[in-house]
Amino acid sequence: MRVALFATCLGDTLFPDAVRATLRVLERLGCEVDFPAGQTCCGQMHTNTGYHEQAVPAVRAFVSAFDGYDHVVVPSGSCVGSIRHQHGIVAEHGGDRKLAEAVGRVSPHVYELSEFLVDVLGVTDVGAYFPHRVTYHPTCHSLRMLRVGDKPRRLLRAVRGIRLIELPEAEQCCGFGGTFALKNPDVSVAMGADKTRHVRETGAEVLCAGDSSCLMHIGGLLNRQREGIRPMHLAEILASAEEER
Amino acid sequence: MSGVDLGMPSFPDAARQAVRDAQLRHNLGNATNTIRNKRAAVVGELDDWEQLRASGAAIKAHTLSNLDSYLEQFESAVTAAGGTVHWARDAAEANRIVTELVRETGETEAVKVKSMATQEIGLNEALASAGISAWETDLAELIVQLDEDRPSHILVPAIHRNRSEIREIFRREMAGSGTPAPADLTDDPVQLAEAARHHLRDKFLRARVAISGANFAVAETGGLVVVESEGNGRMCLTMPEHLISVVGIEKVVPSWRDLEVFLQLLPRSSTGERMNPYTSVLSGVTAGDGPSDFHVVLLDNGRSEALADEIGSQALRCIRCSACLNVCPVYERTGGHAYGSVYPGPIGAVLTPQLYGVESEDTASLPYASTLCGACYDVCPVAIEIPELLVHLRNRTVRERKGWFDRLTRTAMRAMGWVFGDSGRLARAQRVASLGGRLFGRRGIGRLPWPLSRWTDARDAPTPPAESFRQWWERTRTNDEDGR
Repeated sequence: MRVALFATCLGDTLFPDAVRATLRVLERLGCEVDFPAGQTCCGQMHTNTGYHEQAVPAVRAFVSAFDGYDHVVVPSGSCVGSIRHQHGIVAEHGGDRKLAEAVGRVSPHVYELSEFLVDVLGVTDVGAYFPHRVTYHPTCHSLRMLRVGDKPRRLLRAVRGIRLIELPEAEQCCGFGGTFALKNPDVSVAMGADKTRHVRETGAEVLCAGDSSCLMHIGGLLNRQREGIRPMHLAEILASAEEER
Repeated sequence: MSGVDLGMPSFPDAARQAVRDAQLRHNLGNATNTIRNKRAAVVGELDDWEQLRASGAAIKAHTLSNLDSYLEQFESAVTAAGGTVHWARDAAEANRIVTELVRETGETEAVKVKSMATQEIGLNEALASAGISAWETDLAELIVQLDEDRPSHILVPAIHRNRSEIREIFRREMAGSGTPAPADLTDDPVQLAEAARHHLRDKFLRARVAISGANFAVAETGGLVVVESEGNGRMCLTMPEHLISVVGIEKVVPSWRDLEVFLQLLPRSSTGERMNPYTSVLSGVTAGDGPSDFHVVLLDNGRSEALADEIGSQALRCIRCSACLNVCPVYERTGGHAYGSVYPGPIGAVLTPQLYGVESEDTASLPYASTLCGACYDVCPVAIEIPELLVHLRNRTVRERKGWFDRLTRTAMRAMGWVFGDSGRLARAQRVASLGGRLFGRRGIGRLPWPLSRWTDARDAPTPPAESFRQWWERTRTNDEDGR
């Protein structure tokens, strides 16, 4: 199966390991993966902050890079949420009918990683091996915008050697919220502090999530507190294989 | 407090103080956790919850799009039942009408049913300046009034207080406005409730004027519906001779039959109860039974303007259940005062800027007081898409605000938008970032200058890698020319 990989601006720039891991999982499952070079960003940072007009160039770049693919895979629930729910709104603000049509054409083919693996490929066991104590934080946009449900957990439970520990109050937001983290840093950190407390309570070595943005926030706090708990993207755990260790 | 003057610090500043208050955080965490668990349990009992929710949303949406005719129908029905309807464009007009109505009775005090509309217009303060004392009779509202505090929650105004604080307030303040608290009052909830009961009893027995709001106004019958848990509302609605109700125009529902839906949605969403302990319906006047005169003040106060906004008008479906407050992780950390408005939490963040505009910094900061986590939408009994509204109002804020900081941000956003418009420009920006990353080493970045210090004050920032994914792909996979 031929799929296109959308690295996201954050993944491409700051977390290439998570994107390479996504690529590795897809290729291991027999996908032929393209990386359309014209891709940039989903525009979410602009849209969510209220700059709908300024998000138009990103949306335009997105649809022109991914138009024509049957499957676009993204290692971020948040970006997929933005693509599905906001690209239409942004296109409307740009006042461009052709852009709106292109958005309507492209967005139904865009999948978050766990959705793609479970719903499209029909796989829960991706052949991973990861002998560590892991706790999983379901990020808000995966949970509530995409309704991915227990798909990420099903994938993790099938990983050999893993010990998956439930995170208390898992469904509460970590406090990242894009520019919220900068506009309301005190509340953001207060929420993040409660999240790291719960992560610590699990005794896990690894905090896993499907969004590098949330991991950047929670991981940034854990690192500052010298907790010695490693933030890892879902794809990185799924990409770990015994023969590669 | 004043419901009209929003002269509060903007949300981020008020929130900074709130998150540092350990007692507040503890009180709020306990209370919201308890209510949201209760709600989840009773909502889980109904297998048709999602259908009820859809019905609630549909009835409200239908009513709002035909609001003018339903309001006229309501007015005719109230008039036919012996009541009088007054129309108030704004807070000042509503306050003037109510003050005048109380003056006509010759009374200088009134008992009150807890009401968001009267808080919104700052009625108690307006009455006080006319020499009229308005006594709150809802237990939590009484606590807040005695302490000269502001409510922190729509349904549980004293949510930010624990029982030992309440004991202190009762002992300190009750004597100043009537029956004092017993000298040996403890912080046992039963004793606290008993003290409030005694304090309120002489007010109920003495009062000849009552002021209420309403949860629903039924167009078909002219009936006002008040739901509550303590029975104080029923006392206010039935014992005094004169009743004045201040009702937001969005409270109208077409028919009696519609209550079937809302009386299931509201108590489950708000208090986590299957039904309210008290549901009172008042339809006009009857000789020898209840008030002998009855006035309804229909309040606009910005609602017509909100109604004109196709997306924003959804907020007017709100039935003030406060489920969104109880699940909001931001509200849980800050409490209601940080929102600087009588409507706090997620619904306040979308309602207040619509009622008051976004000209001032405090209302403009409210749509940003959310991480857009979506928990509020999931519990809203009338399915208001609060995250979508927040984003919509942020866009309105961006379009309408013209200060230097707004211009600066817009320029920065436009520049970043330009970078994201072309992959070559993004690639060049990434090379700059990775150059910066190499200067920092691999441990994570400690402190950065403003505005990034807002991130690095408490969190380490990731070190930009030496090579972006894009560069890695080009280096290792470029033999494949048919990819784009």
